[in-house]
Amino acid sequence: MNISVMIGALPDLLGGVALTTELVALALLVGFVIALSTALARLSGVAVLRWLATAYVFTFRGTPLLVQIFLIYYGLSQFAFVRDSVAWVVLKQPFWCTLMALALNTGAYTAEVFRGGILSVPHNQIEAARAIGMSPVTAFRRIIWPLAIRQALPAYGNEMILMVKASSLASTVTLMDITGVAQTLAADTYMPIEIFTAAALVYLCLTYAMTQAIHFFERRLDVTRRRS
Amino acid sequence: MIREILTAAALALVCAQGAQAENIRIATEGAYPPFNLVDSSGKLKGFDVDIAKALCAEMKAHCTIVAQAWDGIIPGLKAGKYDAIIASMSITPARKKAVDFTAPYYVAGAALVGPAKSDITFTPAGLKGKTIGVQRATTYAALLKEKFPGAKIKLYDTVDNQNLDLKAGRLDGVVAQQVVMYEWLKKDGGKAFAFKGKPFLDPKYIGDGAGIAVNKGNTKLRDQFDAALKTIMANGTYAKINASYFPFSIAPK
Repeated sequence: MNISVMIGALPDLLGGVALTTELVALALLVGFVIALSTALARLSGVAVLRWLATAYVFTFRGTPLLVQIFLIYYGLSQFAFVRDSVAWVVLKQPFWCTLMALALNTGAYTAEVFRGGILSVPHNQIEAARAIGMSPVTAFRRIIWPLAIRQALPAYGNEMILMVKASSLASTVTLMDITGVAQTLAADTYMPIEIFTAAALVYLCLTYAMTQAIHFFERRLDVTRRRS
Repeated sequence: MIREILTAAALALVCAQGAQAENIRIATEGAYPPFNLVDSSGKLKGFDVDIAKALCAEMKAHCTIVAQAWDGIIPGLKAGKYDAIIASMSITPARKKAVDFTAPYYVAGAALVGPAKSDITFTPAGLKGKTIGVQRATTYAALLKEKFPGAKIKLYDTVDNQNLDLKAGRLDGVVAQQVVMYEWLKKDGGKAFAFKGKPFLDPKYIGDGAGIAVNKGNTKLRDQFDAALKTIMANGTYAKINASYFPFSIAPK
């Protein structure tokens, strides 16, 4: 193990951190919106919405992320009408293709996490909220969602950490994220063990920071502890 | 008495024939088209096989060409199953430790392929600011980085993915092995894409080319091959074989 090679690789790898962070942050943000809407659609009384949401979750949870990235990046570009359309401005860029795949993927998983959280809210709480005159929206915002997210946070945190690692697939479509930089360095130096160990340490730092953030929110949402 | 004379005559005849036509057994892989492959009737053919046959004709040797799986092709030579390997084997320092090589019999350069209508050229100035796809961890990637610093390099896991993105219009060009790209242009690239500029042949980046391998110390056979190779390259036989496979020369300089 050549420590100096590992240290020498760090500046380049940190250059990849910016792209990885950007991808993960945006994917989680967009994924959150997709997930919440999908979870609500799956629980709604409208059959079409329920059916669409179920189909979306089934498709994106049931196929590998790598295949999704390849289908969006290489697949869509095979069709001339896609290349000629306005969408090509976005689809031409590997960044947007990867972001789309990551957001749709995490959206599907998180939708199920949120749905589970919402279903765990005791019925009497909802009935009580309605009984004192809250509208369904207010009841959701003030009673159901706070209780649901508290239940869902550990699983949601897990999904967020998975997203950091899943973003490494961006390197397969030419993006220079942490893994992309590491692969190139490994090919240049012929020292894959040192380089990928250094890359793994960088990922560990990222996921550690994320774990701490999730813990912070878990503690904040833990009503029983705040009282004591 | 007559019987003895006859025996002596027969012996002389056999010996004379032996001196005339040597038996050489040559191995190829048979799974690396268009260089060596097995056709539908089970016969070995391809560029390597044609070169082997031409060399044997030149050496007036009686040759048998056999197919041998790639991972066992050098061990088979060492075990004496055959005398030489003509199978597009690149001359590398590691292989030189195990076998002796003749001079290269072909060199495939690094070629630039771009849209047919594009005016891109294979020069540092021509690639400046252009987005060029290349396979990661290949000599072609190193070549681009060092000799064409102005190019925006995009790295791909496979040549197939790199070519998909060329087709999709995300790239101004790709740099890869000349023959690989020729085959792609023939079956996939169609009329929309073409070679741009001259291929890059610096051995520092693309290696020494493919050579004929013989057992270590078998200088007699190696020298025979080298001499025959020189002759077929000088008398036009090589060029004829070359032309029947590729519209560009892969003859080593």
